[in-house]
Amino acid sequence: MIILTVDGRSIQAPAGSSVLSACLFADIFIPHLCWLESDTVADAPAACRLCFVEIDGFSEPVTACTVTVENGMMVHTDTEAVRSLQKTALKLLLSVHKVDCKNCPADKACSLQDIAKFLGIGLGCKPFERVLKELDVDSRHPAFDYYPNRCVLCGLCVRICRDRHEQPMLSFAGRGFNTVVGYFAETSDTDPDCLSCRGCLDVCPTGALVEKSQV
Amino acid sequence: MTENVKSRIEAAYQALAEEARDQKETFDQSPLPKIHIGMASCGIASGALETQAAFEAALKDRGVEAHVHTVGCLGHCYAEPVVIIDHPDSGFPPILYPEVTPGKAKMLVKLFLEGGDPRFEHIMGATVENEMIPSVMEFARFNREKRVVMERCGKIDPEKINEYIAQGGYGALVKGLGRTPESIIAEIEASGLRGRGGAGFPTGKKWQFARNAAGSDKLIICNADEGDPGAYMDRTLLESNPHQVIEGMMIAALAVGATRGLFYVRAEYPLAVRILTTAVDQARELGLLGTDILGSGLDFDIDLFQGSGAFVCGEETALIRSVEGFRGMPRHRPPYPVEHGLDGRPTVINNVKTLATIPPIVEKGADWFRGIGTPGSPGTAVFSIVGNVTHPGLVEIPMGVTLRELIFDICGGIPKQKKFKAVQIGGPSGGCLSADFLDTPVDFDELRQAGAMMGSGGMVVMDEDSCMVDVSRYFLDFTQKESCGKCTFCRVGTRHLLNILQRLTRGEGKEGDIKQLETLSRAVQQGSLCGLGKTAPNPILTSVAYFKEEYEAHIQEGRCPGCACRTLTAFYIDLDKCARGCDACVACCPVDAVFTTSTRKKGIDQELCVKCGECMVACPPEYDAVVKISPAHLAPIIERPSEKKS
Repeated sequence: MIILTVDGRSIQAPAGSSVLSACLFADIFIPHLCWLESDTVADAPAACRLCFVEIDGFSEPVTACTVTVENGMMVHTDTEAVRSLQKTALKLLLSVHKVDCKNCPADKACSLQDIAKFLGIGLGCKPFERVLKELDVDSRHPAFDYYPNRCVLCGLCVRICRDRHEQPMLSFAGRGFNTVVGYFAETSDTDPDCLSCRGCLDVCPTGALVEKSQV
Repeated sequence: MTENVKSRIEAAYQALAEEARDQKETFDQSPLPKIHIGMASCGIASGALETQAAFEAALKDRGVEAHVHTVGCLGHCYAEPVVIIDHPDSGFPPILYPEVTPGKAKMLVKLFLEGGDPRFEHIMGATVENEMIPSVMEFARFNREKRVVMERCGKIDPEKINEYIAQGGYGALVKGLGRTPESIIAEIEASGLRGRGGAGFPTGKKWQFARNAAGSDKLIICNADEGDPGAYMDRTLLESNPHQVIEGMMIAALAVGATRGLFYVRAEYPLAVRILTTAVDQARELGLLGTDILGSGLDFDIDLFQGSGAFVCGEETALIRSVEGFRGMPRHRPPYPVEHGLDGRPTVINNVKTLATIPPIVEKGADWFRGIGTPGSPGTAVFSIVGNVTHPGLVEIPMGVTLRELIFDICGGIPKQKKFKAVQIGGPSGGCLSADFLDTPVDFDELRQAGAMMGSGGMVVMDEDSCMVDVSRYFLDFTQKESCGKCTFCRVGTRHLLNILQRLTRGEGKEGDIKQLETLSRAVQQGSLCGLGKTAPNPILTSVAYFKEEYEAHIQEGRCPGCACRTLTAFYIDLDKCARGCDACVACCPVDAVFTTSTRKKGIDQELCVKCGECMVACPPEYDAVVKISPAHLAPIIERPSEKKS
């Protein structure tokens, strides 16, 4: 076991684990969206840019999911620089998010709500303007509807699909601001696996994927 | 390696070299005139194919015998199509002709090749020192350059390997084969060569990491996914002298112990792809690639992969993903590709120019290389200089030359007597430097200190008519569109930066916008996952730092100092200068906004005007009556006379 210090507290973690997983297992919350429990340092996508921490010896805040724990490491999760980056990242995500919690199936079970509460900010996005994508719902998938303006592009659904199925059906599509989760299938028939799997629906943290029958 | 093997390699190479030299000698000593035509993409775009056809047709029609020799690019893009005519019988030295149109080609065949008159009025200069014609070496554009990477560009036919070998090509490979990998790496480390892709990481160190990495199945990738707007150094090199890059890659392979190489070339470079494919095939035929290279017992071969047009794939981890068959999205580093690259194999990724610099270093030694350039950045830099300069094109200079020398002495300064405003170095990742920085030497560290970066060699020069806010908007628009969309700061942050800049260029700026641009830029720099996002705000940060007054003018006065932002600018016609009866502006206006006043002078209907600027181009210079003004409301209003009934 590796022993490191997080916010003055000494914690233990198995060798090779990431700072993020070490902290989460020790009940020290670090905001994150794109990380799965099985992720190693090498395969963490580091896409959501929320899990910043400061570590002695690093000149800048680093993402906790990409740093391997080391003995004697001094980690700080609650510095001004860290919180400022996290708040900016969350506000950026909220600025492209259609905040309509009452009508969202993820209400009260939404990672964005949780993280906003944790950081002590609301669901507003000031000073950024809210910019939404034109397309509100993409209902081409036979099993679920995709809401681009709820999606935070954490990529969990894409990864789950790739892990579970030899021929994954989900992928990222588009570039830049227009990046979305796209799906491809040769016919419009429901992939027989989709509804029995439900991997993407269960893992989505923001209600961007909604099973068709629920609508 | 035993002496036996060494002499076998040497003998195999000498056999190739001898044949190549024989061919060259036969060609050189032929009494027939030789017409060398620059046929890289730049030449072809300017009409070199038509020029070639015109030469061939004229030779045939007139029954004149001559060698038409297609070569790569000399780097003088402003003068394309460039032709060098070597006509020994005329008594003149080889002569360089700029802008050879098909008509000029026919004329030269008739008057020079047949008649012996070189037509002095069309000459740029002789390519060698002589007593008859001034040499091009008298121009700064020629004599201030120092060519290491581009030494043979424009002199050899890139599709004939023997022309490269005859000039000593692949000699460095033979030297490398006779040395230990450690000594090659030591030589490159000692040379101080830094990666020419932009970041300037020491090449020797990178190779050492790959050499030390576990795993036997190592790989060299040449990154030719050149994508900065206005940059075309790598394309030109591959189209003009691909073998120097291949040779560099082979030496890299020897050094790190790789058996496979891969060229990652963008599919938008079809000519480079074709020439490179031919080059690899020819090298393989001669036993320079494949198994048991030159009898050394070593194997190495090269594949080609065409990138599908994503700028982010120039980032090495995204490049690897795309070769693996996935969407090109960068991943976190470490692990670095030198340890964990393509399919998990140790992979060295070097830029085209880096690899092309290797053979000369191995040939002439680290000390020779260190003698060029600055202590921190030895060697030369290849820039593609574009924008508002008199002589745009490819320039190779020793590091340490100042921007002023480069732009004003070597490239002829700003045309049309305009004032210099800024130079943008390093593309979307780089920065805009103002006139205060003209004495900055070209050097990795000096440029970074100034806020720009060396980049891979794109340099855009801008005159007083450029708007720095609009330039930032242009680059952010580019990076926003090319962002892979993976990480929050780059995907959403650049979008907000772009939105603010778009508002500014429309005159809808607000107090606090500059501050927000700076704050968000810093956050995007700090928070982004890969180099694209981390450097995307550089154009904003540098232009806000060095051209703040332009941002303020946009916000506070609705004025665009460069008169480039359309919403903030108006065109009007100065009635004191306008000549009666000239209808140039009326005729060229695409929306009929230009009208004739009662005094038969012209006016512009501001409601209709789309600000295309065509009237300004059309107005004869002796009148020069069309004026651009910002803010738009300052344009004097000239009433359009009511329609006369006919």
